[in-house]
Amino acid sequence: MAADKPWALISEVGENGYFEELADIMREHFQIMPLSDFLQSPALHGPKIQVLFIWKFYPEPKPSLLAELPSLKVVCSAGTGTDHLDIPYINNLGLKIANTPHVVSDATADFAMGLLLASARKMFEGQQIARGPEMVIIPQSLMGVEVSGSTLGIIGMGEIGHKIAQRGKGFDMKILYHNRSRRSAEDEAAVGATYCENLDDLLKLSDFVMLSLRFHTDCTGLIGHRELSLMKPTAILVNISRGLLVDQDALIHALQSGIIQAAALDVTHPEPLPRGHPLLSLPNALITPHMGINTTTTAKKIMHRMVNNAVAAVKGLPIPDEVKPQ
Amino acid sequence: MTMAQDKPLALISYVGGMHGLIQEAADLMKQHFKLITHQEFLQNPSLHGTKIQVLFSWVNKPELLPSLFTSLPALKLVANGGVGIDHIDVPYLNSLGVKVSNTPLVVSDATADIAMGLLLASARRIIEGHQISMDPKTVDFQSLIGTEVTGATLGIIGMGHIGLRIAQRGRGFDMKILYHNRNRRSPEDEQAVGATYCKNMEDLLREADFVVLAVNLSPQTTGLIGHKELSLMKPTATLVNVSRGLVVDQDALLEALQKRTIRAAALDVTYPEPLPRDHPLLHLPNIIITPHIGTDTTATTLKMVQMMIDNALAAVEGRQIPNEVKPK
Repeated sequence: MAADKPWALISEVGENGYFEELADIMREHFQIMPLSDFLQSPALHGPKIQVLFIWKFYPEPKPSLLAELPSLKVVCSAGTGTDHLDIPYINNLGLKIANTPHVVSDATADFAMGLLLASARKMFEGQQIARGPEMVIIPQSLMGVEVSGSTLGIIGMGEIGHKIAQRGKGFDMKILYHNRSRRSAEDEAAVGATYCENLDDLLKLSDFVMLSLRFHTDCTGLIGHRELSLMKPTAILVNISRGLLVDQDALIHALQSGIIQAAALDVTHPEPLPRGHPLLSLPNALITPHMGINTTTTAKKIMHRMVNNAVAAVKGLPIPDEVKPQ
Repeated sequence: MTMAQDKPLALISYVGGMHGLIQEAADLMKQHFKLITHQEFLQNPSLHGTKIQVLFSWVNKPELLPSLFTSLPALKLVANGGVGIDHIDVPYLNSLGVKVSNTPLVVSDATADIAMGLLLASARRIIEGHQISMDPKTVDFQSLIGTEVTGATLGIIGMGHIGLRIAQRGRGFDMKILYHNRNRRSPEDEQAVGATYCKNMEDLLREADFVVLAVNLSPQTTGLIGHKELSLMKPTATLVNVSRGLVVDQDALLEALQKRTIRAAALDVTYPEPLPRDHPLLHLPNIIITPHIGTDTTATTLKMVQMMIDNALAAVEGRQIPNEVKPK
C-alpha cells in the first residue's frame, strides 16, 4: 500500500530535479516529498521523513534542515563525490551516508573523451562557422591538435581514470598516469599505461592532461601556475573531477597567454560560473554545466542504487554503498 | 640545393585565406617546386603555362575546368590533397595525358577521430552544454540529458581504412560493432575490432544506436541513406557522416530530423559545402554540422602535403606514381 511506504525528501520532480522515470523508481519503495511541499510545514512533515535523497547537490543537507528531520536514517547522494557532505557532522547526528560508486564511471569516462575530442578538434568553433551567418574559414584558426597517437596523461587512475585510459587506447594514445599508489601490472597492461611517480614528468610529456581524481581539500589548486607552465604550450587540460582542483585564476592567465593551448571543463568553482566570469569569454575554454553523468541509462542506474541503499537503511540492514567516516 | 629557377613549376590556388594552403604546407612544397598561384597564372597564362608540370589540388581548388587544362600543355599530374576524388574527372584528365593522385591512408586516423568526436558531441550534447554555460543570459542550468555511448551499438557503413579505425575507437567504449561493406573483411580484421558483418544493410540500420557513414562517394553510394533507410533506423538513433554530403538524401534527412524519425545527426560533410545560410538543416536543434574539418590537424595536413609532393616528384621524374588513381 502506498500509505505504508516510508517517506523520502527530495528536491523536485521536473526539469531541475528528477525526470518522471526516475521519480517512478523512487515511488516503487517510497512516498516522495518535494522540498517545496516540506517547507510549507516542516513541523508537520519532518517526523515522517526517513530518507534524504540528494541529486545534483539538492536539497543541501544543512544543519538547519537536518534538525527538522528527527526520523531521518540516511542521506543518499547521487554520484561518487562526497566533498559536498560534512560527513563527520552528519554521522554525529546518528545518520548514515551513501553514494553511488561504479555506476557513474562509464558515462563520465565517455564524457571526458568527448570533451577532449571537441576541444582538440575545435568542434565548437567549427560548428559556429558551419552554421553562422557568414561562412568564413581561416584555415589556421580551425587547425586542431592530433588526438590519434598523442600522449594522454591521466591524473587519478581510479575506476574512472582507468576507463578513460581504455578509451584513449582505442585512439592509439600513449597513456601516462599519476596516482596516489601505483596500479597493478595487469591493470597497467590492460590499457598500456605507464606510471609517472612524479607528477611533473606527466605534465611535461602530455599532450592532454586529464583530471579524474577524487577530490580532497588538500588537492585544492593541484593545478596552478607552476603546473600549467610545466605543460606543453600545445597541451590541453581536461577536468571532469572538481573545479577546486584547478587554480582558476592561474588557468585564465595560462589560456590568455598561450602557456597551454586550451582547457575543457565539466566542472568549475563555483557551479555555475557567474555571468561575466573571464573563463566564459575565452575562445579556448570549452565549459559544460557538470553533465558528466547525464544519460537516461546512467541516471536510472544511479536512482536504482540510491533507492537500494535507502531501502537497506530504513530496514536497518547493512547499506551496500555506505560512506564510512575517514 | 636547387636554385628556385631550376625547380619544376607547380600550380596552387593560394596560401592562407579562406581555403588556401597553410604556410607550413607551402613551405614544404617550395623545397621542391616553384609555386605559381592561380591568380599569378591567370595574369599571364603564357608566361608559366608551358612550364607547369604539376597541379596541387587542395579543397577542390583551383577549379579543374577544361579551359584551365588547355593552358597547361606540360601538365603531368593533378595531385589531390585528400583521399576522395569524386570531384575529379579522372578519365577526362587521363585522355589529356594527365595523371591523378590522391592521399590515402594518412587521412584515416584524423577522420576516425572526428567521427568519434561528432558521435560523442551529439550523444552527450556537448555543444549545447557549452552554449548554455557561456550564454550571459542563462539563468536556468537545467539538466541536458544525453544518450549512453558505452555499450551502445555502433553500425559502420563502409569498413575501409577509415571505417576500421572508427571501429577500433568504438571498441574502446565497449560498443557493439556492426558493419556493412561491399566485401566482408577478413576474420582477423573483424576480430581485431570485435566487428560483426551485416550482409544486409537494413539489418544494421535496424539495430544500430549510432550509424556512421565512412564510404567513398560513387554512383552506388549516392543517396545511400534516404527516406527508407532513415525510417528503418531507431527513433533513438544518431546518424554521423564523415564521407560526402551526397551519400545522404538531405531532404529526407531534414524530414527525419524534424519528425524525430531519428534522434539526431552529426555531419562533417554536406552538399553543397558550405550550405546556403538559409538552408533549413542549419536551423534544427538536433543536428551538429562542422565545416569538413575531418583532416584539419597540422600533423595530418602536413602528412597529406608530403604525400602530394612525393607523387608530384615521381611524376616530374618520370617514375611510377605511388598513389596514382586509375579509372575504374
